[in-house]
Amino acid sequence: MLGSIVFGLWWIVENTVTNLATQNKSVGFGFLSQSAGFQISTTLGTWLFDYEAGSSTYLDVYYIGIVNTFVVAFFGIFAATALGFTLGIMRLSQNFVLRAFSTAYIEITRNVPLLLQLFFWYFAVLRSLPNRRGKIEIFEGAAGINITGLYLPAPIPAEGFSATMIALAIAIAITMGINRFARIRQHETGKPFPVFWVGTGVLVLIPLAVFLVTGSPLSWEFPEFRETGPILRRGYQDGMGMLIIPEMMSVWLALTLYTAAFIAEIVRAGILAVNKGQTEAALSLGLKQGKVLQLVIIPQAMRIIIPPLTSQYLNLTKNSSLAVAIAYPELVSVFAGTALNQVGKEIEMIFMMMSVYLTFSIVTALFMNWFNSKVKLVER
Amino acid sequence: MAKKPTSNRPTRARPGKAQPDKGYVRTEDAPVLPPPPSEAGISGWLWHNVLASCSDFTSIGSAVRSIVMAFFTVFVGWLTISTAWGLFDFAVLSAVWSDPDGIKREACFTIDQGGQLPSGWHGACWPFVAAKMKFMMYGPYDIDQLWRVNLAGIIGLIGLAWVMIEPLPYRRYVGIFLLTVYPLLTIILLYGGGFDVSLMTLSIIFMIGLALITFGRLAGRGLLGETMAAFASAGGIGGWLLVGYAVVMLILGVDYGLRTIDTNQWGGLLITLVVAITGIVASLPLGIVLALGRRSSMPIARILSIVFIEFWRGVPLITVLFMASVMLPLFLPEGVNFDNLLRALIGVMLFSAAYMAEVIRGGLQAMDKGQYEGADALGLSYWEKMRLIILPQALTHVIPGIVNTFIGLFKDTTLVSIIGLFDLLGAAQSAISDVAWATPVQAHTGYLFVAAVFFVFCFGMSRYSIYMENKLSRGRKH
Repeated sequence: MLGSIVFGLWWIVENTVTNLATQNKSVGFGFLSQSAGFQISTTLGTWLFDYEAGSSTYLDVYYIGIVNTFVVAFFGIFAATALGFTLGIMRLSQNFVLRAFSTAYIEITRNVPLLLQLFFWYFAVLRSLPNRRGKIEIFEGAAGINITGLYLPAPIPAEGFSATMIALAIAIAITMGINRFARIRQHETGKPFPVFWVGTGVLVLIPLAVFLVTGSPLSWEFPEFRETGPILRRGYQDGMGMLIIPEMMSVWLALTLYTAAFIAEIVRAGILAVNKGQTEAALSLGLKQGKVLQLVIIPQAMRIIIPPLTSQYLNLTKNSSLAVAIAYPELVSVFAGTALNQVGKEIEMIFMMMSVYLTFSIVTALFMNWFNSKVKLVER
Repeated sequence: MAKKPTSNRPTRARPGKAQPDKGYVRTEDAPVLPPPPSEAGISGWLWHNVLASCSDFTSIGSAVRSIVMAFFTVFVGWLTISTAWGLFDFAVLSAVWSDPDGIKREACFTIDQGGQLPSGWHGACWPFVAAKMKFMMYGPYDIDQLWRVNLAGIIGLIGLAWVMIEPLPYRRYVGIFLLTVYPLLTIILLYGGGFDVSLMTLSIIFMIGLALITFGRLAGRGLLGETMAAFASAGGIGGWLLVGYAVVMLILGVDYGLRTIDTNQWGGLLITLVVAITGIVASLPLGIVLALGRRSSMPIARILSIVFIEFWRGVPLITVLFMASVMLPLFLPEGVNFDNLLRALIGVMLFSAAYMAEVIRGGLQAMDKGQYEGADALGLSYWEKMRLIILPQALTHVIPGIVNTFIGLFKDTTLVSIIGLFDLLGAAQSAISDVAWATPVQAHTGYLFVAAVFFVFCFGMSRYSIYMENKLSRGRKH
């Protein structure tokens, strides 16, 4: 068996070498330092790497792709978790209205392909917004939306803003310390400590105080909308405010709404899997309904919920590659699509693209193993 | 109900013990009273299912919670009803159903746009879907040859229904027909047979296969010595594969007098179903092999299975399809040219096999150790143990997971539209860009139709899986 596999691999390599030779292609990563001559729409990635067609390299394009993939994945995970937990709990509610809505939502969203939902949001919803000379105002003068995207005020940090960031880091450290102290004290004396309120207070107040003391070193750049002047210059002006392109919005919406349905089912299954005796025992100990949930049900449900939840996060990140269909400049679209068409280094580029996803999957899998061993029931 | 005299009911008092003179002992059941009005009827239902969660005012905290809950309920109710009504209005009430004059997009124009419909109208333009129906179902397949697709579809449907309806006889044979003869029949019907095969090569492959089978038989009886006996099963399996390949290619090579219709003329739902069904049918056996390999005690088989499974599961399907369409031609000898559909099929098959393997491994791991030991104690060989004892139970355990993988695969077939195949979504997408039907509602109508088709398939599968699960777990529920 081993022999046939080695032979198969050799056969593939042999064919590839022959094919590359006939096509006059060489293997190598030299193309990464060549400059890329195509436009990429404005996103966090292009902003971070100062992308400029003609002077930036293909390596920059690669990094931009990675950044854009993970930006949309991060916001998608965040929103899908919130929505998914809400829907999952709603589906278990005594309240018929909430239950019915959640059931209908989950069944419809889970049974319609993600790509179709993506197309729906992009072509059917966001394309019917006003054109680039018009707008729908969300907040008067500050935020608006039209077919070119969502315009928001952009924060401009001034000199001394880093002090606030340092204060925030310190506040996070303090909160973690309080959390640890509270846990140890409760373990030893049984006295609970209001970690949530104190922690929130520390997290908000310390950075806020530093921010005010240093003289509020943060200004906002508002998007500018011109209604007069030459017709071609009307509408939102380039480079003013923060622009979120419609491609990104539709990818984010579709990923969030689709994954939330799966997360809701996971949450529901996790809560249902906690034995009813646990609730009854906790109630008979005299705990209140809210405390039963907080101290008994949720910790046990989380043990069941987190492994499949992580695999949903992984799915969401991988599904962000569907953005290639609407040309959101993420890894597959911009690197394995546009750049590949220009350079033609199939093997190297597909390898580089896949290794990003594989690395992410392996890191997640390692985290999962660590987590599972940490929360595993200690059986005697 | 409650006022009925209850004397005709059997009484609980035992006749043997004389008690009738004791006044305080009931000799008959108390009349059944109706439930209190707050528990029965619409008001009772409303109380328990809606109002109870928003009418606890016993303390400040619960009052706040009740009020928030009430607002949230009203909001969600409004959201549900307005969405459902909007959808119904769009799809049925306001929709344009026919285009008798053949004026195409003008049938769905409002007065502002130069049509008949009132200003501000927003409804589905069904004549558009009707006009594009052939394209969305079959793609650019020759119109006079559509009967071939229909015939294949009807045979498949009848077979599937036969297998799924329980009282029918010979279900096992119909199932075997569906898995062996039917795929060949479908390829011949859809493609037209007459593959370019060389009889010489086929006969050589056939001979090698026969030789391997003979070798396997001989080695299995220990006639070729101890070392060779270890390779008996490998030789036998390899031989059967080669013989099977030769026979299949021979059947496909015969000219049946059907016109050849190349796969780039296939499209629409046809491609969706071809990709999905091939993936589903191929992923199950491949997945079983991979799952067994991952749990095998042979290190090479285990490591190879793990690497294979984790690689495919770690990358998005779209990159697999990219790889299949860009890199596969590089891997194959010069002159061998796969068509696009076959490339996508290979990608989808390998991808779904990896997912299926993980689902089946879950079932294998959930099995009680005693089942393995019991099978060993009976003296069964590895394959007998798996085939007769372990797999039937393990697969039954994970039916929901298997069907979920099927549903996921069915939805994922839409991705082939990204590498240039016109599946249902791809065909709809290209129909939507047809200028002859360009209206503001064109995209909405097209997507609604495609969504409905996918929903019917996926929802149907999930319902059937729930039914199967209940049926098969009946034995375990006692």
